[in-house]
Amino acid sequence: MNKSWWKILAFILLVYTIAAGFLMDVPRLPILNETIRNLYFHVCMWFGMMILFIISFVYSIKYLNSTNYRHDIFAKNFAAMGTMFGILGYLTGVLWVSVTWITDQNQSLGTVLKEPKLIGAAIAVLIYGAYFVLRGSFTDMDKRARVSAVYNIFAFAMLFPSIWIIPRMVGSLHPGAPGSDSGNPALDRNDMDAGMRAIFYPAVIGWTLLGVWITTLKIRIELLKDKAML
Amino acid sequence: MNKKNSRLFVVRFALMVIGLFTSFFCFAQQNEVEMADTMRSNGKIYIVVAVCLTILVGLFLYVMSVDRKLRRLEKERG
Repeated sequence: MNKSWWKILAFILLVYTIAAGFLMDVPRLPILNETIRNLYFHVCMWFGMMILFIISFVYSIKYLNSTNYRHDIFAKNFAAMGTMFGILGYLTGVLWVSVTWITDQNQSLGTVLKEPKLIGAAIAVLIYGAYFVLRGSFTDMDKRARVSAVYNIFAFAMLFPSIWIIPRMVGSLHPGAPGSDSGNPALDRNDMDAGMRAIFYPAVIGWTLLGVWITTLKIRIELLKDKAML
Repeated sequence: MNKKNSRLFVVRFALMVIGLFTSFFCFAQQNEVEMADTMRSNGKIYIVVAVCLTILVGLFLYVMSVDRKLRRLEKERG
């Protein structure tokens, strides 16, 4: 079980991401310049976060259906890894912003950071942060599992307006919003050529598999602990 | 008269050619976006790739060792 094919696949895909991501040709775009390669890392964090949150959401629904405690452990750990990816995506985004969004000499990073996309992303990550606070505030295991499963479904529903819908409705410098120069960098065919796509999609799969691997390790630790406790 | 005409033609032709080339030159400048081309040409980019790959390999080795340790624990505890 430990030498699963998908763990090896994650390694191969990430080696390919780093090697091809730094060495292959990318479109020469003004302002972005070489930072366009951040797409293979920054955007993958958000894709990975979304996939991990979807898995967590599914396990929360499964828990409510079955009240199987295993499902609660799965939901919690996938949400934790997803939040980690979200924080990494946010931090890498701030770094990327600091060289691409400040076009005017008088602009400070603070003025640029008042952005619907960044605020929305922060809200989404904080809502998931509250999920762990909520979990920690219960002493009763069944109550904790049930209430946090319901909250997790709410948190997942809040992801969509806060990071996908609102930043696209109001003007934002982030690609994909009206008022930005370009479309969605991940899905718009004007921004990404075929060569970038051939690295980007494997990169998404690779990072996500790494996240799933670390999550399964945490789940196994918790299952072992519970076995010792019961 | 004829000589003067032909000289005028040469001057005009030269001007046209210069004009053409300047337009090409401008086009080339507009398209030129600054990229890390020197880093690529002198091969230092391979060092960056090697550093990142080393970190990645180290990370995976660590995760693998945790995985192996967990498997042993799972076997012990049934």
